[in-house]
Amino acid sequence: MKILAFDTATELCSAALWLDGEILSRSEMAGNRHSELLLPMITDLLQQAGLVLGQLDGIAFGKGPGSFTGLRIGCGVAQGLALGAELPVVGVVTLESLAISAGVDKALVCLDARMNEVYSAAYVRQGDGLVCLLPPGVYKPDQIPLPDDGGWLGCGSGFASYRDSLTSRCGHRLAGMQPDIHPHASAVARLAAPMFQAGLGQPADRAEPLYVRDKVALKTCER
Amino acid sequence: MKVLGIESSCDETGIALYDTERGLLAHALHSQVAMHAEYGGVVPELASRDHIRRALPLTRKVLAEAGCTLKDIDGIAYTQGPGLAGALLVGASIASGLGVALNLPVVGVHHLEGHLLSPLLADPRPEFPFVALLVSGGHTQLMRVAGVGDYEMMGETLDDAAGEAFDKTAQLLGLGYPGGPAVAKLAASGDAHKYKLPRPMLNSGDLDFSFSGLKTAVLNLKNRAGPDACADIAAGFQLAAVDVLAGKSLAALKQTGMNRLVVAGGVGANQLLRDRLNAEASRRGFQVFYPPLALCTDNGAMIAFAGAMRFAHAAPADGRFGIRPRWDLSELRAPA
Ligand SMILES: Nc1ncnc2c1ncn2[C@@H]1O[C@H](COP(=O)(O)OP(=O)(O)OP(=O)(O)O)[C@@H](O)[C@H]1O
Repeated sequence: MKILAFDTATELCSAALWLDGEILSRSEMAGNRHSELLLPMITDLLQQAGLVLGQLDGIAFGKGPGSFTGLRIGCGVAQGLALGAELPVVGVVTLESLAISAGVDKALVCLDARMNEVYSAAYVRQGDGLVCLLPPGVYKPDQIPLPDDGGWLGCGSGFASYRDSLTSRCGHRLAGMQPDIHPHASAVARLAAPMFQAGLGQPADRAEPLYVRDKVALKTCER
Repeated sequence: MKVLGIESSCDETGIALYDTERGLLAHALHSQVAMHAEYGGVVPELASRDHIRRALPLTRKVLAEAGCTLKDIDGIAYTQGPGLAGALLVGASIASGLGVALNLPVVGVHHLEGHLLSPLLADPRPEFPFVALLVSGGHTQLMRVAGVGDYEMMGETLDDAAGEAFDKTAQLLGLGYPGGPAVAKLAASGDAHKYKLPRPMLNSGDLDFSFSGLKTAVLNLKNRAGPDACADIAAGFQLAAVDVLAGKSLAALKQTGMNRLVVAGGVGANQLLRDRLNAEASRRGFQVFYPPLALCTDNGAMIAFAGAMRFAHAAPADGRFGIRPRWDLSELRAPA
């Protein structure tokens, strides 16, 4: 199975090719230059592998949560590529990519969501995959939902931005922290491969970001 | 050459396929007006989220209606600016991804150039050069147009755009959004001469406009005359706006010595404005051109067309893209 994967949910812009279990990847701290970097990264990878899009089995993108601008670029590019190459698409939850990259059994993920909030979720490793214990949500750092037991690795930029409130919120449940780990396309590819295998690829039209933060404005009648 | 056009700068997702030999093959539009109405105006974040749901289904619809497949497309044009950043980014990303997948050239189009050239999609179409009156929700400008990319600004609004004045007047009169069509409809049952509204800057001697005073006059009149006067106020407002737009357009024709006027943008759909300009045209012996009615407001066809004018030497996309939420039309140059 051959998959193109990319992630633009954070300031790290990355792309990867999954070639039957082998991974080629590129990444760069992009600031706000994802729109300049992403597609050249992708064409570069394809060239290196001697492949064209049409030879792939699917396209996977980090669907969020994350920066809205980043999610739009990732999803839009996924839609355009998949439409043109007639390939199925899967969206991978950014927090899952973080959890699998951490490489531990129990990951409590908190990604900085700005506005004094984090996107958080908790995952437990099972075989090559993950089981979601606490689903993605957006919370104040001192209000994130918590697992009952201990031994969790706190990962993601939330633990850098809101270190104090998160450590006091989590208390004894945290066994350690890895704040500087970013969602990466290689992780997107690893998570997407079994999804494509299970027939979960969808037509390009259905690719949509997972914003999590959904209340973005008040209706006139709510003001 | 067949060009796919993608417009997503504000609250309409527009997709179209234009053929330089056969003309417009198909176009489709999704308006978000109803969605934003509950919020009292366009919410940029919601606009972006809607564009990304609509663009591909509309693209498939356009291709099906045109009897074409993706393989028939020779180039892709998207609105690069000006507009809402998040909304623009959706069209830009999809266009660029599609361009790389199909190995096609991709060009970013200036939204106002799209409007400005949209009368060339009508039959008969104007020859260059001409004077263009661009009247939309965000712009009111008079331009001297010598050719594609050769634009000289002769005058513009110093405050509100004409469409904005229609929208705000509608709001003051308790009508819905967008206000232009609503004001025009109510005006049909009113007496335009019952109240005397100002014609701001009509005799200023230059080609600039101002509409904020007219809006204030409507507010004051509404407070004074009460709710029963709404139709008469709408009619009075519409007549005042049309007087100013027509008056300045005539002055621009006179100043340039040209005899072709092109009207583009949403307010160009206004029937009173069209009637007035048509009457002046036959009286004074100039020609006036409009886009097809369906292409007055934002649409993908004008983007496909403007893109087609700029493709001649374009190379296949390298995949880099960028948007220009603020972008002055005067920065454009004629295609090489
Ligand atoms: N029949 C009409 N009479 C007057 N105004 C109208 C009519 N129909 C539409 N309008 C006005 O046209 C405007 C919408 O036009 P358009 O879609 O071209 O512009 P926009 O997208 O709001 O702005 P821009 O293109 O400048 O960014 C609105 O202000 C609307 O009220």
